[in-house]
Amino acid sequence: MNIVVFVKRIPDTESKIRINHETGTIIEEGLNFVLNPYDEFAVEEALRLREAGGGKVTVLSVGGEESLVILKKCLAMGADEAFLLKDNTPETYDGLRMAKIIVRALEKKFSDYNLLFFGKQSVGADNAQVPSMVAEFLGLPQVNVVTKLEIEGTKGTAHREIEGALEKVSFSLPAVISAQKGLNEPRYETLKGIMMAKKKEIPMLTFEDLELNEEDIAPLLEVTKMESPPPRQAGKVIQEEPEAAAKKMVEYLHNEAKVI
Amino acid sequence: MILVFVEVRDGKVKKSSLEALSEGKRRADDLKQEANAVLVGHNLESLATEVLPYGASKVYVVENSLLSNYSAAGFAQALFSLVGEIKPEVILFSASSMGKDLAPRLAAKLGVSLASDCTRTIVKDGKLEVLRPIFAGKAFVTLSFKSSPIMATLRPNVFPLIDPGEKKGEVVKKEVVIPEDKIKAPVLEILREEGAEIDVTEAEIVVSGGRGMKGPENFDLLRDLTSLLPHSAVGASRSAVDAGWIDHQHQVGQTGKTVSPNLYVAFGISGAIQHLAGMSSSKFIVAVNKDPEASIFKVADFGVVGDLFQVIPHLKEELKKLASE
Repeated sequence: MNIVVFVKRIPDTESKIRINHETGTIIEEGLNFVLNPYDEFAVEEALRLREAGGGKVTVLSVGGEESLVILKKCLAMGADEAFLLKDNTPETYDGLRMAKIIVRALEKKFSDYNLLFFGKQSVGADNAQVPSMVAEFLGLPQVNVVTKLEIEGTKGTAHREIEGALEKVSFSLPAVISAQKGLNEPRYETLKGIMMAKKKEIPMLTFEDLELNEEDIAPLLEVTKMESPPPRQAGKVIQEEPEAAAKKMVEYLHNEAKVI
Repeated sequence: MILVFVEVRDGKVKKSSLEALSEGKRRADDLKQEANAVLVGHNLESLATEVLPYGASKVYVVENSLLSNYSAAGFAQALFSLVGEIKPEVILFSASSMGKDLAPRLAAKLGVSLASDCTRTIVKDGKLEVLRPIFAGKAFVTLSFKSSPIMATLRPNVFPLIDPGEKKGEVVKKEVVIPEDKIKAPVLEILREEGAEIDVTEAEIVVSGGRGMKGPENFDLLRDLTSLLPHSAVGASRSAVDAGWIDHQHQVGQTGKTVSPNLYVAFGISGAIQHLAGMSSSKFIVAVNKDPEASIFKVADFGVVGDLFQVIPHLKEELKKLASE
Protein backbone atom coordinates (compact mmCIF):
# COMPACT_ATOMS: atom_id res chain seq x y z
CA MET A 1 0.00 0.00 0.00
CA ASN A 2 1.65 3.21 -1.15
CA ILE A 3 0.22 6.36 0.32
CA VAL A 4 1.10 9.93 -0.58
CA VAL A 5 0.20 12.48 2.11
CA PHE A 6 0.04 16.20 1.30
CA VAL A 7 0.97 18.51 4.16
CA LYS A 8 1.08 22.24 4.74
CA ARG A 9 2.73 24.62 7.17
CA ILE A 10 0.30 26.91 8.99
CA PRO A 11 0.44 29.44 11.87
CA ASP A 12 -0.65 27.67 15.05
CA THR A 13 -4.24 28.24 16.08
CA GLU A 14 -3.32 30.43 19.06
CA SER A 15 -1.84 32.99 16.67
CA LYS A 16 -3.13 36.52 16.40
CA ILE A 17 -3.39 37.33 12.72
CA ARG A 18 -2.05 40.74 11.68
CA ILE A 19 -2.38 42.18 8.21
CA ASN A 20 0.06 44.18 6.15
CA HIS A 21 -2.43 46.50 4.49
CA GLU A 22 0.08 47.68 1.88
CA THR A 23 0.72 44.24 0.46
CA GLY A 24 -2.64 42.74 1.45
CA THR A 25 -0.94 39.77 3.08
CA ILE A 26 -0.60 38.23 6.53
CA ILE A 27 2.39 39.42 8.57
CA GLU A 28 4.40 36.25 9.19
CA GLU A 29 6.87 37.79 11.60
CA GLY A 30 6.28 36.56 15.13
CA LEU A 31 3.98 33.70 14.09
CA ASN A 32 4.69 30.18 15.25
CA PHE A 33 4.30 27.80 12.32
CA VAL A 34 3.27 24.18 12.73
CA LEU A 35 2.12 21.19 10.70
CA ASN A 36 -1.56 21.72 9.81
CA PRO A 37 -3.39 19.70 12.51
CA TYR A 38 -5.71 17.95 10.02
CA ASP A 39 -2.65 16.87 7.99
CA GLU A 40 -1.27 15.32 11.17
CA PHE A 41 -4.31 13.01 11.33
CA ALA A 42 -3.69 12.12 7.68
CA VAL A 43 -0.01 11.28 8.32
CA GLU A 44 -0.95 9.18 11.37
CA GLU A 45 -3.58 7.21 9.44
CA ALA A 46 -1.11 6.55 6.62
CA LEU A 47 1.49 5.26 9.11
CA ARG A 48 -1.09 2.94 10.72
CA LEU A 49 -2.11 1.49 7.34
CA ARG A 50 1.55 0.88 6.47
CA GLU A 51 2.20 -0.74 9.82
CA ALA A 52 -0.78 -3.05 9.28
CA GLY A 53 -0.21 -3.92 5.64
CA GLY A 54 3.25 -2.78 4.51
CA GLY A 55 4.05 -0.33 1.74
CA LYS A 56 5.42 3.16 1.75
CA VAL A 57 4.36 6.53 3.13
CA THR A 58 5.52 9.51 1.08
CA VAL A 59 4.95 13.04 2.33
CA LEU A 60 4.89 16.04 0.03
CA SER A 61 4.60 19.73 0.75
CA VAL A 62 4.27 22.57 -1.73
CA GLY A 63 5.83 25.75 -0.40
CA GLY A 64 9.01 27.57 0.54
CA GLU A 65 12.03 26.07 2.31
CA GLU A 66 10.46 27.02 5.66
CA SER A 67 8.26 23.96 5.09
CA LEU A 68 11.24 21.63 5.58
CA VAL A 69 10.55 21.75 9.32
CA ILE A 70 7.12 20.13 9.02
CA LEU A 71 8.48 17.56 6.57
CA LYS A 72 11.16 16.66 9.17
CA LYS A 73 8.39 16.22 11.70
CA CYS A 74 6.55 13.82 9.37
CA LEU A 75 9.77 11.83 8.89
CA ALA A 76 10.26 11.76 12.66
CA MET A 77 6.72 10.42 13.04
CA GLY A 78 7.75 7.58 10.73
CA ALA A 79 7.14 8.58 7.10
CA ASP A 80 9.47 6.77 4.69
CA GLU A 81 10.30 9.74 2.51
CA ALA A 82 9.51 13.42 2.18
CA PHE A 83 9.73 15.86 -0.72
CA LEU A 84 9.44 19.61 -0.97
CA LEU A 85 7.99 21.07 -4.13
CA LYS A 86 9.30 24.60 -4.14
CA ASP A 87 6.72 27.34 -4.55
CA ASN A 88 7.48 30.80 -3.23
CA THR A 89 4.17 32.31 -4.30
CA PRO A 90 2.34 33.81 -1.32
CA GLU A 91 -1.01 32.24 -0.42
CA THR A 92 -3.45 32.73 -3.30
CA TYR A 93 -6.57 31.25 -1.63
CA ASP A 94 -7.11 29.49 -4.95
CA GLY A 95 -7.58 25.74 -4.42
CA LEU A 96 -7.66 25.11 -8.17
CA ARG A 97 -4.08 26.33 -8.54
CA MET A 98 -2.83 23.99 -5.80
CA ALA A 99 -4.83 21.05 -7.20
CA LYS A 100 -3.22 21.55 -10.62
CA ILE A 101 0.26 21.59 -9.06
CA ILE A 102 -0.41 18.45 -7.03
CA VAL A 103 -1.90 16.58 -9.97
CA ARG A 104 1.14 17.38 -12.10
CA ALA A 105 3.49 16.27 -9.31
CA LEU A 106 1.59 12.97 -9.01
CA GLU A 107 1.66 12.35 -12.74
CA LYS A 108 5.34 13.18 -13.18
CA LYS A 109 6.97 11.92 -10.00
CA PHE A 110 4.64 9.95 -7.76
CA SER A 111 2.39 7.94 -10.04
CA ASP A 112 2.68 4.73 -7.99
CA TYR A 113 0.08 5.28 -5.26
CA ASN A 114 -2.94 3.47 -3.83
CA LEU A 115 -4.21 6.28 -1.63
CA LEU A 116 -3.86 10.05 -1.54
CA PHE A 117 -4.29 11.60 1.91
CA PHE A 118 -4.99 15.20 2.85
CA GLY A 119 -6.20 17.09 5.88
CA LYS A 120 -9.85 18.10 5.44
CA GLN A 121 -8.70 21.71 5.08
CA SER A 122 -5.67 23.80 5.82
CA VAL A 123 -6.15 25.98 8.84
CA GLY A 124 -5.94 29.51 7.48
CA ALA A 125 -7.09 29.31 3.88
CA ASP A 126 -10.00 27.21 5.21
CA ASN A 127 -10.87 26.25 1.65
CA ALA A 128 -11.49 22.49 1.82
CA GLN A 129 -11.20 22.38 -1.98
CA VAL A 130 -7.97 20.68 -3.00
CA PRO A 131 -8.81 17.02 -2.20
CA SER A 132 -12.04 17.06 -4.24
CA MET A 133 -10.37 18.88 -7.12
CA VAL A 134 -7.45 16.44 -7.21
CA ALA A 135 -9.91 13.53 -7.15
CA GLU A 136 -11.85 15.01 -10.07
CA PHE A 137 -8.74 15.69 -12.17
CA LEU A 138 -7.53 12.12 -11.63
CA GLY A 139 -10.97 10.53 -11.98
CA LEU A 140 -10.78 9.05 -8.48
CA PRO A 141 -13.35 8.56 -5.73
CA GLN A 142 -13.19 11.11 -2.90
CA VAL A 143 -14.18 10.82 0.73
CA ASN A 144 -13.79 14.03 2.69
CA VAL A 145 -13.96 14.83 6.40
CA VAL A 146 -13.27 11.20 7.34
CA THR A 147 -13.49 10.07 10.98
CA LYS A 148 -13.15 6.32 10.36
CA LEU A 149 -11.37 4.43 7.61
CA GLU A 150 -11.15 0.73 6.78
CA ILE A 151 -9.19 -0.65 3.84
CA GLU A 152 -9.44 -4.26 2.65
CA GLY A 153 -7.47 -5.09 -0.47
CA THR A 154 -8.66 -2.71 -3.17
CA LYS A 155 -11.88 -1.73 -1.35
CA GLY A 156 -12.51 0.72 1.40
CA THR A 157 -15.28 2.01 3.62
CA ALA A 158 -15.23 5.26 5.52
CA HIS A 159 -17.34 7.39 7.79
CA ARG A 160 -17.58 10.97 6.71
CA GLU A 161 -18.88 13.69 9.01
CA ILE A 162 -21.95 15.67 7.94
CA GLU A 163 -24.33 17.90 9.93
CA GLY A 164 -25.21 15.99 13.09
CA ALA A 165 -24.60 12.59 11.49
CA LEU A 166 -22.15 10.41 9.60
CA GLU A 167 -22.28 9.12 6.05
CA LYS A 168 -21.03 5.58 5.52
CA VAL A 169 -19.32 5.49 2.15
CA SER A 170 -17.80 2.66 0.11
CA PHE A 171 -15.16 3.12 -2.55
CA SER A 172 -12.45 1.37 -4.55
CA LEU A 173 -8.76 2.19 -4.58
CA PRO A 174 -7.01 4.31 -5.65
CA ALA A 175 -8.90 7.02 -3.79
CA VAL A 176 -8.59 10.44 -2.22
CA ILE A 177 -9.25 10.73 1.52
CA SER A 178 -9.28 13.87 3.67
CA ALA A 179 -8.89 13.52 7.42
CA GLN A 180 -11.01 15.06 10.16
CA LYS A 181 -10.30 15.28 13.87
CA GLY A 182 -11.46 12.06 15.51
CA LEU A 183 -9.93 9.80 12.85
CA ASN A 184 -7.08 8.88 15.20
CA GLU A 185 -4.79 10.19 17.92
CA PRO A 186 -1.52 11.24 16.22
CA ARG A 187 1.67 9.87 17.78
CA TYR A 188 4.44 12.01 19.20
CA GLU A 189 7.79 11.82 17.52
CA THR A 190 10.21 9.58 19.41
CA LEU A 191 13.84 10.53 20.03
CA LYS A 192 14.85 7.67 17.76
CA GLY A 193 12.49 8.98 15.09
CA ILE A 194 13.94 12.46 15.36
CA MET A 195 17.49 11.11 15.03
CA MET A 196 16.52 9.02 11.99
CA ALA A 197 14.75 11.99 10.41
CA LYS A 198 17.88 14.12 10.82
CA LYS A 199 19.82 11.69 8.67
CA LYS A 200 17.23 11.60 5.91
CA GLU A 201 17.53 13.98 3.02
CA ILE A 202 14.49 15.86 1.79
CA PRO A 203 14.77 16.21 -1.98
CA MET A 204 13.49 19.44 -3.45
CA LEU A 205 11.57 19.61 -6.70
CA THR A 206 10.87 22.66 -8.81
CA PHE A 207 8.09 23.56 -11.22
CA GLU A 208 10.66 23.06 -13.98
CA ASP A 209 11.12 19.45 -12.92
CA LEU A 210 7.39 19.02 -13.42
CA GLU A 211 7.38 20.98 -16.70
CA LEU A 212 4.89 23.41 -15.17
CA ASN A 213 4.74 26.93 -16.55
CA GLU A 214 3.72 29.84 -14.36
CA GLU A 215 0.80 30.58 -16.70
CA ASP A 216 -0.55 27.04 -16.30
CA ILE A 217 -0.95 27.73 -12.61
CA ALA A 218 -1.75 31.44 -12.55
CA PRO A 219 -4.34 32.03 -9.82
CA LEU A 220 -7.87 32.62 -11.11
CA LEU A 221 -8.96 34.35 -7.92
CA GLU A 222 -7.69 37.78 -7.03
CA VAL A 223 -7.49 39.06 -3.47
CA THR A 224 -8.64 42.66 -3.85
CA LYS A 225 -8.69 43.40 -0.13
CA MET A 226 -7.66 41.85 3.16
CA GLU A 227 -9.07 43.18 6.40
CA SER A 228 -9.52 42.43 10.07
CA PRO A 229 -12.99 41.56 11.36
CA PRO A 230 -14.93 44.47 12.87
CA PRO A 231 -14.04 44.54 16.58
CA ARG A 232 -16.77 43.36 18.92
CA GLN A 233 -17.72 45.73 21.71
CA ALA A 234 -17.73 44.23 25.16
CA GLY A 235 -21.21 44.49 26.62
CA LYS A 236 -22.60 44.51 30.11
CA VAL A 237 -21.02 42.24 32.74
CA ILE A 238 -22.90 41.65 35.99
CA GLN A 239 -21.85 39.98 39.22
CA GLU A 240 -24.90 39.12 41.31
CA GLU A 241 -26.58 36.28 43.20
CA PRO A 242 -27.25 33.35 40.81
CA GLU A 243 -31.03 33.78 40.93
CA ALA A 244 -30.95 37.51 40.14
CA ALA A 245 -28.25 37.00 37.49
CA ALA A 246 -30.27 34.30 35.71
CA LYS A 247 -33.37 36.50 35.78
CA LYS A 248 -31.50 39.49 34.30
CA MET A 249 -29.91 37.31 31.66
CA VAL A 250 -33.25 35.96 30.43
CA GLU A 251 -34.75 39.47 30.53
CA TYR A 252 -31.85 40.72 28.42
CA LEU A 253 -32.24 37.92 25.88
CA HIS A 254 -36.00 38.39 25.66
CA ASN A 255 -36.41 42.17 25.83
CA GLU A 256 -33.19 43.65 24.46
CA ALA A 257 -31.58 41.04 22.21
CA LYS A 258 -35.00 39.60 21.33
CA VAL A 259 -33.47 36.22 20.54
CA ILE A 260 -35.75 34.14 22.75
CA MET B 1 -28.21 33.58 -14.89
CA ILE B 2 -27.36 32.67 -11.34
CA LEU B 3 -27.81 28.96 -10.66
CA VAL B 4 -28.13 27.76 -7.07
CA PHE B 5 -27.72 24.13 -6.08
CA VAL B 6 -30.48 23.18 -3.65
CA GLU B 7 -29.69 20.27 -1.39
CA VAL B 8 -32.16 17.65 -0.25
CA ARG B 9 -31.49 15.74 2.97
CA ASP B 10 -33.84 13.18 4.49
CA GLY B 11 -36.48 14.07 1.90
CA LYS B 12 -36.41 17.75 2.86
CA VAL B 13 -35.06 20.86 1.20
CA LYS B 14 -32.20 22.20 3.28
CA LYS B 15 -32.74 25.65 4.76
CA SER B 16 -29.16 26.76 4.09
CA SER B 17 -29.75 26.10 0.38
CA LEU B 18 -32.78 28.38 0.45
CA GLU B 19 -30.58 31.01 2.11
CA ALA B 20 -28.14 30.65 -0.80
CA LEU B 21 -31.02 30.90 -3.27
CA SER B 22 -32.32 34.02 -1.51
CA GLU B 23 -28.89 35.64 -1.79
CA GLY B 24 -28.63 34.49 -5.41
CA LYS B 25 -31.99 36.15 -6.12
CA ARG B 26 -30.83 39.44 -4.54
CA ARG B 27 -27.66 39.52 -6.66
CA ALA B 28 -29.54 38.38 -9.77
CA ASP B 29 -31.84 41.38 -9.30
CA ASP B 30 -28.78 43.68 -9.05
CA LEU B 31 -27.39 42.16 -12.22
CA LYS B 32 -30.79 42.13 -13.96
CA GLN B 33 -30.56 38.40 -14.39
CA GLU B 34 -32.63 35.36 -13.47
CA ALA B 35 -32.02 33.22 -10.41
CA ASN B 36 -32.64 29.54 -10.99
CA ALA B 37 -32.33 26.54 -8.73
CA VAL B 38 -31.30 22.95 -9.35
CA LEU B 39 -32.15 19.82 -7.39
CA VAL B 40 -30.27 16.60 -8.07
CA GLY B 41 -31.42 13.12 -7.12
CA HIS B 42 -34.36 10.85 -7.68
CA ASN B 43 -38.13 11.44 -7.27
CA LEU B 44 -37.77 15.09 -6.31
CA GLU B 45 -40.50 16.76 -8.32
CA SER B 46 -42.80 17.37 -5.35
CA LEU B 47 -39.96 19.11 -3.48
CA ALA B 48 -39.17 21.38 -6.43
CA THR B 49 -42.40 23.37 -5.95
CA GLU B 50 -41.30 24.18 -2.38
CA VAL B 51 -38.26 25.97 -3.79
CA LEU B 52 -40.15 28.23 -6.21
CA PRO B 53 -41.29 30.85 -3.64
CA TYR B 54 -37.66 31.68 -2.76
CA GLY B 55 -36.96 33.58 -5.93
CA ALA B 56 -36.30 30.88 -8.51
CA SER B 57 -37.60 31.58 -12.01
CA LYS B 58 -36.93 27.98 -12.88
CA VAL B 59 -36.27 24.98 -10.71
CA TYR B 60 -34.38 22.34 -12.63
CA VAL B 61 -34.84 18.81 -11.38
CA VAL B 62 -32.02 16.61 -12.57
CA GLU B 63 -32.96 13.01 -12.02
CA ASN B 64 -31.51 9.56 -12.43
CA SER B 65 -32.09 6.48 -10.29
CA LEU B 66 -28.30 6.23 -9.80
CA LEU B 67 -28.48 9.58 -7.96
CA SER B 68 -30.85 8.44 -5.22
CA ASN B 69 -27.84 8.22 -2.89
CA TYR B 70 -25.35 11.08 -2.81
CA SER B 71 -21.92 10.76 -4.38
CA ALA B 72 -19.80 13.79 -5.19
CA ALA B 73 -18.68 12.30 -8.49
CA GLY B 74 -22.22 11.38 -9.59
CA PHE B 75 -23.76 14.68 -8.55
CA ALA B 76 -20.93 16.67 -10.15
CA GLN B 77 -21.49 14.77 -13.40
CA ALA B 78 -25.22 15.57 -13.31
CA LEU B 79 -24.59 19.26 -12.62
CA PHE B 80 -21.90 19.39 -15.28
CA SER B 81 -24.41 18.24 -17.93
CA LEU B 82 -26.95 20.87 -16.86
CA VAL B 83 -24.36 23.66 -16.69
CA GLY B 84 -23.18 22.77 -20.21
CA GLU B 85 -26.75 23.16 -21.43
CA ILE B 86 -27.98 26.25 -19.61
CA LYS B 87 -24.62 28.07 -19.20
CA PRO B 88 -25.07 30.04 -15.96
CA GLU B 89 -22.72 32.97 -15.25
CA VAL B 90 -22.69 32.21 -11.51
CA ILE B 91 -23.13 28.95 -9.59
CA LEU B 92 -23.79 29.08 -5.85
CA PHE B 93 -23.94 26.37 -3.19
CA SER B 94 -24.54 26.38 0.52
CA ALA B 95 -21.25 25.71 2.34
CA SER B 96 -22.92 22.71 3.97
CA SER B 97 -21.06 19.43 4.25
CA MET B 98 -22.50 18.43 0.87
CA GLY B 99 -21.79 21.80 -0.74
CA LYS B 100 -18.19 21.78 0.49
CA ASP B 101 -17.73 18.26 -0.91
CA LEU B 102 -19.48 18.77 -4.23
CA ALA B 103 -18.68 22.35 -5.33
CA PRO B 104 -14.90 21.84 -5.70
CA ARG B 105 -15.47 18.66 -7.71
CA LEU B 106 -17.72 20.55 -10.12
CA ALA B 107 -15.30 23.51 -10.21
CA ALA B 108 -12.46 21.20 -11.25
CA LYS B 109 -14.68 19.65 -13.93
CA LEU B 110 -15.40 23.14 -15.27
CA GLY B 111 -11.76 24.23 -14.80
CA VAL B 112 -12.75 27.24 -12.69
CA SER B 113 -11.76 28.56 -9.28
CA LEU B 114 -14.08 28.50 -6.30
CA ALA B 115 -14.52 30.81 -3.32
CA SER B 116 -15.42 28.83 -0.18
CA ASP B 117 -17.66 29.65 2.73
CA CYS B 118 -18.42 33.25 1.75
CA THR B 119 -20.20 35.58 4.16
CA ARG B 120 -21.08 38.38 1.76
CA THR B 121 -21.65 38.80 -1.98
CA ILE B 122 -21.13 42.13 -3.70
CA VAL B 123 -21.77 43.42 -7.20
CA LYS B 124 -18.93 45.67 -8.29
CA ASP B 125 -18.70 47.13 -11.79
CA GLY B 126 -21.32 44.66 -12.95
CA LYS B 127 -19.41 41.66 -11.64
CA LEU B 128 -19.87 39.51 -8.59
CA GLU B 129 -17.25 39.62 -5.82
CA VAL B 130 -17.31 37.84 -2.49
CA LEU B 131 -16.07 38.36 1.04
CA ARG B 132 -14.86 35.30 2.91
CA PRO B 133 -13.25 34.63 6.27
CA ILE B 134 -9.75 33.20 6.51
CA PHE B 135 -8.18 31.80 9.70
CA ALA B 136 -11.72 30.95 10.85
CA GLY B 137 -12.67 34.62 10.88
CA LYS B 138 -9.48 36.18 12.27
CA ALA B 139 -9.27 38.00 8.92
CA PHE B 140 -11.36 38.47 5.78
CA VAL B 141 -10.49 38.62 2.09
CA THR B 142 -12.47 40.09 -0.77
CA LEU B 143 -12.07 37.98 -3.88
CA SER B 144 -12.76 38.72 -7.52
CA PHE B 145 -12.95 36.01 -10.14
CA LYS B 146 -10.89 35.57 -13.30
CA SER B 147 -12.61 32.39 -14.42
CA SER B 148 -16.16 31.85 -15.61
CA PRO B 149 -18.65 30.68 -14.47
CA ILE B 150 -18.11 32.26 -11.06
CA MET B 151 -18.45 29.67 -8.31
CA ALA B 152 -18.91 30.18 -4.58
CA THR B 153 -20.23 28.39 -1.52
CA LEU B 154 -22.11 30.49 1.04
CA ARG B 155 -21.91 29.97 4.78
CA PRO B 156 -25.12 28.69 6.43
CA ASN B 157 -26.96 30.93 8.90
CA VAL B 158 -25.53 34.16 7.48
CA PHE B 159 -27.78 35.13 4.55
CA PRO B 160 -31.39 36.03 5.34
CA LEU B 161 -34.21 34.12 3.64
CA ILE B 162 -36.35 36.25 1.36
CA ASP B 163 -40.03 36.36 2.23
CA PRO B 164 -41.48 33.51 0.24
CA GLY B 165 -43.53 34.99 -2.58
CA GLU B 166 -45.93 33.42 -5.02
CA LYS B 167 -44.92 30.31 -6.88
CA LYS B 168 -44.49 32.10 -10.19
CA GLY B 169 -41.68 30.08 -11.69
CA GLU B 170 -41.73 26.72 -13.36
CA VAL B 171 -40.31 23.30 -12.66
CA VAL B 172 -38.17 21.89 -15.47
CA LYS B 173 -37.42 18.18 -15.42
CA LYS B 174 -34.16 16.92 -16.87
CA GLU B 175 -33.33 13.25 -17.19
CA VAL B 176 -29.57 12.77 -17.28
CA VAL B 177 -27.62 9.83 -18.53
CA ILE B 178 -24.95 8.83 -16.07
CA PRO B 179 -22.69 5.87 -16.77
CA GLU B 180 -22.54 3.65 -13.71
CA ASP B 181 -18.77 3.95 -13.45
CA LYS B 182 -19.17 7.71 -12.90
CA ILE B 183 -20.71 7.00 -9.52
CA LYS B 184 -17.72 6.86 -7.21
CA ALA B 185 -17.80 6.58 -3.41
CA PRO B 186 -21.60 6.50 -3.00
CA VAL B 187 -23.16 6.92 0.41
CA LEU B 188 -24.42 3.55 1.67
CA GLU B 189 -26.29 4.83 4.70
CA ILE B 190 -26.53 7.75 7.07
CA LEU B 191 -25.67 6.98 10.68
CA ARG B 192 -27.36 9.28 13.13
CA GLU B 193 -26.92 9.59 16.84
CA GLU B 194 -29.91 8.67 18.95
CA GLY B 195 -32.19 11.71 19.40
CA ALA B 196 -30.84 13.34 16.21
CA GLU B 197 -29.46 16.67 17.29
CA ILE B 198 -29.23 19.84 15.22
CA ASP B 199 -25.68 20.58 14.07
CA VAL B 200 -23.97 23.59 15.68
CA THR B 201 -23.42 25.16 12.26
CA GLU B 202 -27.18 25.15 11.58
CA ALA B 203 -28.55 25.93 15.03
CA GLU B 204 -30.06 29.32 15.77
CA ILE B 205 -28.92 29.05 19.37
CA VAL B 206 -25.68 27.35 20.47
CA VAL B 207 -25.19 26.50 24.15
CA SER B 208 -21.52 25.72 24.66
CA GLY B 209 -19.45 24.39 27.54
CA GLY B 210 -15.75 24.55 28.24
CA ARG B 211 -13.27 23.39 30.83
CA GLY B 212 -15.48 24.93 33.51
CA MET B 213 -18.03 22.14 32.92
CA LYS B 214 -15.67 19.92 34.95
CA GLY B 215 -16.75 16.61 33.42
CA PRO B 216 -18.72 14.82 30.70
CA GLU B 217 -21.79 14.24 32.89
CA ASN B 218 -22.33 17.97 33.31
CA PHE B 219 -22.96 18.45 29.61
CA ASP B 220 -26.42 17.07 30.41
CA LEU B 221 -27.09 20.45 32.01
CA LEU B 222 -26.52 22.07 28.63
CA ARG B 223 -28.63 19.43 26.86
CA ASP B 224 -31.42 20.27 29.31
CA LEU B 225 -31.11 23.94 28.40
CA THR B 226 -31.26 23.19 24.67
CA SER B 227 -34.49 21.26 25.24
CA LEU B 228 -35.98 24.58 26.43
CA LEU B 229 -34.62 26.63 23.51
CA PRO B 230 -35.92 26.23 19.94
CA HIS B 231 -33.47 25.24 17.13
CA SER B 232 -30.59 24.97 19.56
CA ALA B 233 -27.54 22.74 19.77
CA VAL B 234 -24.82 21.93 22.29
CA GLY B 235 -21.34 23.21 21.48
CA ALA B 236 -18.00 22.82 23.23
CA SER B 237 -14.54 24.33 23.46
CA ARG B 238 -11.45 22.46 22.37
CA SER B 239 -10.37 21.71 25.92
CA ALA B 240 -13.71 20.00 26.67
CA VAL B 241 -13.41 17.94 23.48
CA ASP B 242 -9.75 17.08 24.03
CA ALA B 243 -10.60 15.96 27.56
CA GLY B 244 -13.02 13.49 25.98
CA TRP B 245 -16.12 15.00 27.60
CA ILE B 246 -18.01 15.40 24.34
CA ASP B 247 -17.59 14.36 20.69
CA HIS B 248 -15.52 16.62 18.39
CA GLN B 249 -18.62 17.14 16.19
CA HIS B 250 -19.61 19.70 18.82
CA GLN B 251 -16.31 21.59 18.86
CA VAL B 252 -16.51 25.29 18.07
CA GLY B 253 -13.30 27.12 17.14
CA GLN B 254 -10.46 27.15 14.71
CA THR B 255 -9.95 23.38 14.65
CA GLY B 256 -13.66 22.77 15.05
CA LYS B 257 -16.62 24.48 13.49
CA THR B 258 -17.19 28.14 12.82
CA VAL B 259 -20.68 29.17 13.85
CA SER B 260 -22.78 32.30 13.49
CA PRO B 261 -26.03 31.64 15.36
CA ASN B 262 -28.45 34.29 16.60
CA LEU B 263 -27.34 33.52 20.12
CA TYR B 264 -24.18 31.92 21.46
CA VAL B 265 -24.13 31.05 25.16
CA ALA B 266 -20.72 30.20 26.64
CA PHE B 267 -20.56 28.37 29.98
CA GLY B 268 -17.17 27.97 31.61
CA ILE B 269 -15.31 28.96 28.44
CA SER B 270 -12.36 31.27 29.05
CA GLY B 271 -12.24 32.49 25.45
CA ALA B 272 -8.98 31.26 23.91
CA ILE B 273 -8.21 33.08 20.68
CA GLN B 274 -8.87 29.98 18.57
CA HIS B 275 -12.31 29.62 20.19
CA LEU B 276 -13.21 33.28 19.73
CA ALA B 277 -12.33 32.94 16.02
CA GLY B 278 -15.01 30.28 15.66
CA MET B 279 -17.88 32.11 17.32
CA SER B 280 -17.38 35.87 17.34
CA SER B 281 -19.56 36.33 14.25
CA SER B 282 -22.55 35.20 16.36
CA LYS B 283 -25.25 37.87 16.50
CA PHE B 284 -25.47 37.85 20.32
CA ILE B 285 -23.01 36.37 22.77
CA VAL B 286 -23.77 35.62 26.41
CA ALA B 287 -21.18 34.21 28.81
CA VAL B 288 -21.15 32.78 32.30
CA ASN B 289 -17.73 32.41 33.89
CA LYS B 290 -16.30 32.45 37.41
CA ASP B 291 -13.29 34.49 36.34
CA PRO B 292 -14.14 38.19 35.84
CA GLU B 293 -10.93 38.54 33.78
CA ALA B 294 -11.89 35.80 31.27
CA SER B 295 -11.35 36.91 27.63
CA ILE B 296 -14.83 35.74 26.73
CA PHE B 297 -16.25 38.83 28.46
CA LYS B 298 -14.42 41.02 25.94
CA VAL B 299 -16.70 39.77 23.17
CA ALA B 300 -19.86 39.04 25.17
CA ASP B 301 -22.89 41.31 24.88
CA PHE B 302 -24.02 40.14 28.28
CA GLY B 303 -21.82 38.49 30.88
CA VAL B 304 -22.45 36.92 34.25
CA VAL B 305 -19.56 36.49 36.66
CA GLY B 306 -20.58 33.47 38.66
CA ASP B 307 -20.68 29.73 39.15
CA LEU B 308 -22.39 28.13 36.17
CA PHE B 309 -23.58 25.22 38.33
CA GLN B 310 -25.54 27.69 40.44
CA VAL B 311 -26.74 29.84 37.56
CA ILE B 312 -28.01 27.09 35.24
CA PRO B 313 -30.83 25.78 37.52
CA HIS B 314 -32.22 29.31 37.85
CA LEU B 315 -31.87 29.86 34.12
CA LYS B 316 -33.97 26.76 33.51
CA GLU B 317 -36.66 28.13 35.83
CA GLU B 318 -36.64 31.52 34.13
CA LEU B 319 -36.83 29.95 30.66
CA LYS B 320 -39.75 27.76 31.73
CA LYS B 321 -41.51 30.81 33.15
CA LEU B 322 -40.96 32.69 29.90
CA ALA B 323 -42.29 29.76 27.86
CA SER B 324 -45.48 29.61 29.93
CA GLU B 325 -46.21 33.32 29.52
